[in-house]
Amino acid sequence: MSAVAAPGNRDEFLEGLWRQNPVFVMVLGMCPALAVTVSAVNGLSMGLATTFVLVASCGLVSTMRRLVPREVRIATYIVIIATFVTAVDYAIQAISLALYDALGAFIQLIVVNCIILGRAEAHASRNPPVAAMVNAAGMGAGFTLGLLLLGAVREILGAGTLFGFSLFGPGFQPWVIMLLPPGGFFVLGGWLLAFAWWARRRQRPEAAGHA
Amino acid sequence: MSASPPDPSSTAPAPTPTRDLVLTLGLVAAICGLVIVAAYQGTYDAVATNRRIALERSVFRVIPRATSIVEYRALPAGGIEPAATGEAVPGAIRFFAAYDAAGRLAGVAAEGSAKGYADSVRILFGYQPDCQCITGIGVVSMRETPGIGDKIVTDEAFLANFRALDARLDAELAGLAHAIRTVKHGTKKDAWQIDAISGATITSRAVGKAIDDSARALLPRLVPHLETLKEKK
Repeated sequence: MSAVAAPGNRDEFLEGLWRQNPVFVMVLGMCPALAVTVSAVNGLSMGLATTFVLVASCGLVSTMRRLVPREVRIATYIVIIATFVTAVDYAIQAISLALYDALGAFIQLIVVNCIILGRAEAHASRNPPVAAMVNAAGMGAGFTLGLLLLGAVREILGAGTLFGFSLFGPGFQPWVIMLLPPGGFFVLGGWLLAFAWWARRRQRPEAAGHA
Repeated sequence: MSASPPDPSSTAPAPTPTRDLVLTLGLVAAICGLVIVAAYQGTYDAVATNRRIALERSVFRVIPRATSIVEYRALPAGGIEPAATGEAVPGAIRFFAAYDAAGRLAGVAAEGSAKGYADSVRILFGYQPDCQCITGIGVVSMRETPGIGDKIVTDEAFLANFRALDARLDAELAGLAHAIRTVKHGTKKDAWQIDAISGATITSRAVGKAIDDSARALLPRLVPHLETLKEKK
């Protein structure tokens, strides 16, 4: 799947990664985004698992879009999404049980991640498979980026490590609250603030005719 | 599905026949079923291997000399049997006999669990028949507060409680000679007491109770049959 095949595809991909970032712009999928991001590895793996489910289910939904009657479309999407979540569940168990335990119930809960059903309904059911999968990959990449950023900051502040590597040496006193649920909200708030500030800063020069 | 009431949007398509709905859902379910079965069978061996390695690794951590393990069950009526033989009797307690490279018994490991601060704390402990004592613990699962409750796996002073925690049986071999108790930080006097971590008393207590409950139930069934475990079969 090449995101740069056509300008249209590139736009589709970048929409999810940046302009409509599911975590920092649309503020969707908060349950896993807050719950599992106690470390960068957890955030990254949760993001990748969700991306796989997103791309695979959007591809299948898009392929079957002319076959599925309107009345049963939501039921169909949920069955398709649940199928790929089950596949991911087994795959993570096969890759690492430690990771499986760390992510806990949130792997199964990918089924109810509103980003996925939202993409299936709003995009994949109306677009051909390639466009749908590129768009889904962009959304997944954006979600992964969001979870990775949350997880990285929480791990650095809360444990003094990044991807398990110690950053500050033995003298570091971990800021434990960053690993607890309130820390998730603090860090999310910080990132939302940063993104809003960024977006406004970019708009202002344009309005003034500079950029 | 029934005669639809007047629809506000005149462009709404005609309702699909029920037969088509059922066929579509049936087709989707069949495809999805195939995907799930393929994923299950494709990962089955890797998952089973992972589980076995994880179990062995946790037993080796509490019994460092061990190089292989055999799973056993202690039966409610007394007596032990290898877990490989048939179905488990209700009430049977699972434990692991660990053997060193020469095939001699290096220790016995068993699980225990008790309510901690956030959720139940499940631990695995290693038991040494020679000294009738508990010589190591490891955590199977817990949701204790990071940095506080999870000190039970990192705090050196706390882990020192489990170099030789007394778990002798009483004269009738019916129960522990001394109940294993977690005591307030700094007040440990006897070999069967566990010195709690200051600030993580609830989690420390859960560890003590988990060991006590499990040892009290398992050891009276196990100790009379230790001879049969001596050599690896």
